[in-house]
Amino acid sequence: MNTPKPPYGPSTIAVHAGEARQKPTDAITDPIVCASTFTFANSQAVIDYIEQEQPREEYGRYGNPGEKIAEKKLAEMEGGEAALLFSSGMAAIVGVFMAKLNAGDEVIFFDECYHRSREFCAKHLARFGVTTNQVKACDYDAMEAAITPKTKLLVSESPTNPHMSIVDLERFVDIGRRNQVETLIDATLATPYNLRPIEYGVDYVLHSATKYLAGHNDLLAGVIIGTEEKLAAIRNLRGIMGAVNSAHNIYLLLRGLKTFELRMQRHNANGLAVAQFLASHPRVKRVFYPGLETHTYYEVAQKTMSGFGGLVTFTVKDADWRQTAAIVDAAQIPRIAPSLGGVESLIEQPMIMSYYECSPEDRQRFGITDNMIRMSCGIENTDDLIEDLRQALDH
Amino acid sequence: MKFRTRAIHVGNERDAHTGAVVPPIHVASTYVQPGAGDWGEFDYSRSGNPTRKNLEATLASLEGGCGALAFASGMAATHCATMLLNAGDHILAGSDIYGGTYRLLHKIVNRSGLQVSLASSSRLDELEAAIRPETKLLWVESPGNPLMSLTDLAACAEIAKRNGILLAVDNTFASPALTRPLELGADIVMHSATKYLGGHSDVLGGALVVKDTSLYDRLYFIQNATGAVLGPFDAFLVSRGLKTLEIRVREQSRTAQQLAEYLDADPRVARVLYPGLPLHAGHDIAKRQMEGAFGAMLSFEVAGDFALAKRVAESTELFQLAVSLGAVESLIEQPASMSHASYDAADRAAHGITDGLIRISVGLEAFEDLRDDLSQALDRAAKS
Ligand SMILES: Cc1ncc(COP(=O)(O)O)c(C=O)c1O
Ligand SMILES: Cc1ncc(COP(=O)(O)O)c(C=O)c1O
Repeated sequence: MNTPKPPYGPSTIAVHAGEARQKPTDAITDPIVCASTFTFANSQAVIDYIEQEQPREEYGRYGNPGEKIAEKKLAEMEGGEAALLFSSGMAAIVGVFMAKLNAGDEVIFFDECYHRSREFCAKHLARFGVTTNQVKACDYDAMEAAITPKTKLLVSESPTNPHMSIVDLERFVDIGRRNQVETLIDATLATPYNLRPIEYGVDYVLHSATKYLAGHNDLLAGVIIGTEEKLAAIRNLRGIMGAVNSAHNIYLLLRGLKTFELRMQRHNANGLAVAQFLASHPRVKRVFYPGLETHTYYEVAQKTMSGFGGLVTFTVKDADWRQTAAIVDAAQIPRIAPSLGGVESLIEQPMIMSYYECSPEDRQRFGITDNMIRMSCGIENTDDLIEDLRQALDH
Repeated sequence: MKFRTRAIHVGNERDAHTGAVVPPIHVASTYVQPGAGDWGEFDYSRSGNPTRKNLEATLASLEGGCGALAFASGMAATHCATMLLNAGDHILAGSDIYGGTYRLLHKIVNRSGLQVSLASSSRLDELEAAIRPETKLLWVESPGNPLMSLTDLAACAEIAKRNGILLAVDNTFASPALTRPLELGADIVMHSATKYLGGHSDVLGGALVVKDTSLYDRLYFIQNATGAVLGPFDAFLVSRGLKTLEIRVREQSRTAQQLAEYLDADPRVARVLYPGLPLHAGHDIAKRQMEGAFGAMLSFEVAGDFALAKRVAESTELFQLAVSLGAVESLIEQPASMSHASYDAADRAAHGITDGLIRISVGLEAFEDLRDDLSQALDRAAKS
């Protein structure tokens, strides 16, 4: 079933897409091809490969059989034409920027985003003469106003991390179209199960596959999905820069994808239940979760998403950073760790985990308050997670 | 903590050295000792390995045992259990058991002077009547293979207790997500971890779980002395598989139930063997013994001969033609020509394995896709 017929359901696609029905050696799973290089029968075979651009492997940095399978599967899951895998989500982000932007170009970002994406733009892209313009998240007029003839890319996460703001993709894409600027959505927190940016006309969909796609907190990977034409230059650059993933990691990613739909159903259910519980708890001041009617972006989320994932951010009433940390420390099931989207629940206080070295002014600018907690709900039993949070809050 | 939470957390404590959320894979074959004759927790990887030990801790928790042992395959686990016995002892096994277990008992274990006989474990008085003074071990499997017969495990445990013998249950088909034999009075649970526990068709493994520490010690001694242990990479993959065990088994069972009902109403199908159908002989036991679902294995008979069943099994586009079971990919096979081909025709007939029988292992694909696939295969097979 090399290319599943369109009517196949998401779980069938996750299990089978990209894989040959009859595989080499007839094994039910694809082999892990560790080879760093691939042999040619003779010199003429090398010449044929170069002249005819034959679809075969040459050297591990340019491609690997497992990588091709994972890319096909991810592209099908996202409803896109092609996908490119990278060694991490950051490597994928860097790959797009380096391939698409030249000195003098500008890129516009909604300002709520993964702090390392922001850091790469501010500290590194700037060194190559690329200007980054940050506008307030979901302020479409501000984004459009910031566009200049040099603007090459509009970028946002959706949902954003950790505020869970939801971008109205129709408006976002429309700005890009009217101004002839390409658009990129980092949909890591949504996944193709909950959000389909390609259907809105977004040019590039990016995921830290480290998170829900791989799903088991045991590998790093990144992926970018788009048309073959748009990805060609990025693929070429990846082969030169070398931020490719390893054959072992790719196998674990493929294995993780097989249960993707099931895991997402659990993450969505746990996220919503935990958010609802927190919203009703007297010690909780505010919950950031797109599935709650009180959330600023509830309507947009209802319109664009079919579920809201496992990430829940909340603030604690009248708590300083130490009192907030005490809640994090009292939780028994979620582990204190950065990252999200795995089967194990994780918990963290953004002020300590990701923004500790920021000035208070910067934290305020990024909307990171001292009393904020971010929890990534895994796929554990819902009641266990709620009871644990209850005891941690009552601690 | 509930089953699903334990599947993720027990045996997966944060790594003390690095803080890793997923414990590292420990590949070392040997361990440096504090002093000569002074032993650390681990000495040699056959005797104990941290990655294997983590998996064993999770399995023990999921099955409600005091300890578990992980083996290189399901057969290695079963073999270890039989080595508890001495020459002259007798093993009584159910008759609807995995063909490889049958082969192990009749072609290997019997050579060490053990006696073996079979009796139907769904007819309990016959089963008890087959117990001899030398019987030391009762071995049953539920649901059975390939007829999906149900064995009343609690009743078997009473028989075993009454007769002072050990009860071992091959729980491969049900998985601990649905049935926990130790809670029903069994002494030993056996698994082919190759199936639902690993769940992704990419490891061979086996396990024994027990609730009595002295029995654990005896089995551990045998495992260490004979050496059929599970390697660390495979132990890691099984641990990873266990984290989604319950959601996989429940989803696969739900789809199996829908497929069973669909096939049951289909005139092209003569008979469906699935414990979730009210008319299945084991339905009442299954309702009691399997928690909220009836498993993801089902067999059916086409109205036709050997050749028709063979064509059906060869005509699917999603179901893949292969033995084994319990994984995310759906598999189809014809027992008469594949899993039970080693039985002669008379034995197959005696065990109810007809030429028209087809066994499917329902994976994680969407129900509608699997239904459509079976339907087109039944049509295509009838036409050609
Ligand atoms: C939204 C988002 N984008 C990108 C990244 C970076 O991905 P990675 O950690 O795989 O490099 C992360 C996570 O760290 C993230 O949360
Ligand atoms: C019910 C049952 N028990 C035992 C086994 C043997 O396990 P393994 O193949 O892992 O040795 C199998 C599978 O082949 C089985 O289906």
